[in-house]
Amino acid sequence: MNALFANLDPVEIWQATLDTLLMLGGSLLFTVLFGLPLGVLLFLTGPRQMFERRGLYGLLSVVVNALRSLPFIILLIVMIPVTVLITGTSLGVAGAIPPLVAGATPFFARLVETALREVDRGIIEASQAMGATTREIVLDALLPEARPGIIAAITITAIALVSYTAMAGVVGAGGLGDLAIRFGYQRFQTDVMIVTVVLLLVIVQILQSIGDRLVVHFSRK
Amino acid sequence: MIELKQVGKTYRLDGRDIPAVRPTDLFVEQGEVFGLIGHSGAGKSTLLRLINRLEEPSDGRIVVDGEDVTALDPAGLRAFRQRVGMIFQHFNLLSSKTVAENIGLPLKFAGGRSKAQIAERVDALLARVGLEAHARKYPAQLSGGQKQRVGIARALATEPRILLCDEATSALDPQTTTQVLQLLSDINRELGLTIVLITHEMDVIRRVCDRVAVMDAGAIVEQGTVGDVFLHPRHPTTRRFVLEAEQVDEHEQLQDFAHVGGRILRLTFRGDATYAPLLGTVARETGVDYSILAGRIDHIKDTPYGQLTIALIGGDVEAAQRRLGEADVHLEVLRP
Repeated sequence: MNALFANLDPVEIWQATLDTLLMLGGSLLFTVLFGLPLGVLLFLTGPRQMFERRGLYGLLSVVVNALRSLPFIILLIVMIPVTVLITGTSLGVAGAIPPLVAGATPFFARLVETALREVDRGIIEASQAMGATTREIVLDALLPEARPGIIAAITITAIALVSYTAMAGVVGAGGLGDLAIRFGYQRFQTDVMIVTVVLLLVIVQILQSIGDRLVVHFSRK
Repeated sequence: MIELKQVGKTYRLDGRDIPAVRPTDLFVEQGEVFGLIGHSGAGKSTLLRLINRLEEPSDGRIVVDGEDVTALDPAGLRAFRQRVGMIFQHFNLLSSKTVAENIGLPLKFAGGRSKAQIAERVDALLARVGLEAHARKYPAQLSGGQKQRVGIARALATEPRILLCDEATSALDPQTTTQVLQLLSDINRELGLTIVLITHEMDVIRRVCDRVAVMDAGAIVEQGTVGDVFLHPRHPTTRRFVLEAEQVDEHEQLQDFAHVGGRILRLTFRGDATYAPLLGTVARETGVDYSILAGRIDHIKDTPYGQLTIALIGGDVEAAQRRLGEADVHLEVLRP
């Protein structure tokens, strides 16, 4: 047994897991913070919606699509100057969060836009007929109605972020991905590789089942 | 009082103008139940939404209780909409909110009320529509009829003067339809609420409306009191609706009559005349025999009516027809 996992250092693995979870939590927080309003804006200004603005929607779409079409590994490197400007470093957990947020926000915003489009248009019409302002329609009708869809979007985004954090390991962010690449891949320490993969898998499974439970809890249909 | 003056709606599609509602005049009195009937695509749904500007009119002016709705700015329009309730075919309740929260929503939007005041008003509304026991349920746990009653309670929350009903019973079964129509009649009477409803079922019009307008291809082709329009339809579209409601195939009926001798008349009785023993009296006095070919006795809202198709045979047919014509009935000769 010991020989089989000879290269394992529990402290290092624990630290890497913690780093991954920190990167995940921090980047998810900011992704939701920026992506939710962006998704609402995309929805409202979209075709045949309450606030239809072709120009603005077109511009937002181009930006969102551009960020989404950029491979994350490229985004990581391109963003380094911006990251240094924001956090003062391009390394470690702090250095990973800006590119993670930049990569996940457009993705999450699109998912929010889709979740809002799923809401029955009759709900908007009824709210308008009650004399609601656009702000009230969004806060009191659209977002509550889309809540299960938005929770599902957060779950999908969180899982995408797990894989992004692994990639961020390449440019010195630390975490499980970093461990897998430095030890598992470059030093042929298969045992480290297996443990990190299993840990990543467990994180993803936990995220998914929490998300599924919340969706069920908030679904009233 | 709702007044539409040359109000029309035109959509632009692929560079072409599609008229949904042609410039229309309409007048709805305070406290009446006004029905708009038409097939799908006739423009009735658009016309209804022009009243609270869910559809922006392309032409004309809308005046409600002396207020020019077409001239309102966004804030004014929202305040106006809080005085106009609306219910929908598919109820449009928020699935994420309880029955009580749904009913309280317009009060929240209207502002100026404390949570306790809203709760008190919601309780009163729940009692009015008979859903006290369901306050904490979610719409998905209710039947269609219960959902529509929540819709009605929500529409009444801000004590509007006008209620707009968009095919409010079209998604309901016949028994539930009867209950919902009864509730609408009751609140119309109790609150003096003006109701404008649209439907494609003549039966709905017959049961609750005072006046009706028939729409076809974006225009009103016939309007009047429900009695006049229902019993003496003039426009082909109206005739089709009436025949559908009575489940009569006019063509089939004429074929049946071919086998019957004598003069064929249609008599229409309204009000107390419905119950007068007129036919027997006339037959005895003029010596004619009659056979009843088709008939219906029913109510238009609260007024009883009867419509009989009879054949007169033998005796003094001319005298019988004259005698019937003098009585309190409407007489049409279907075949001399």
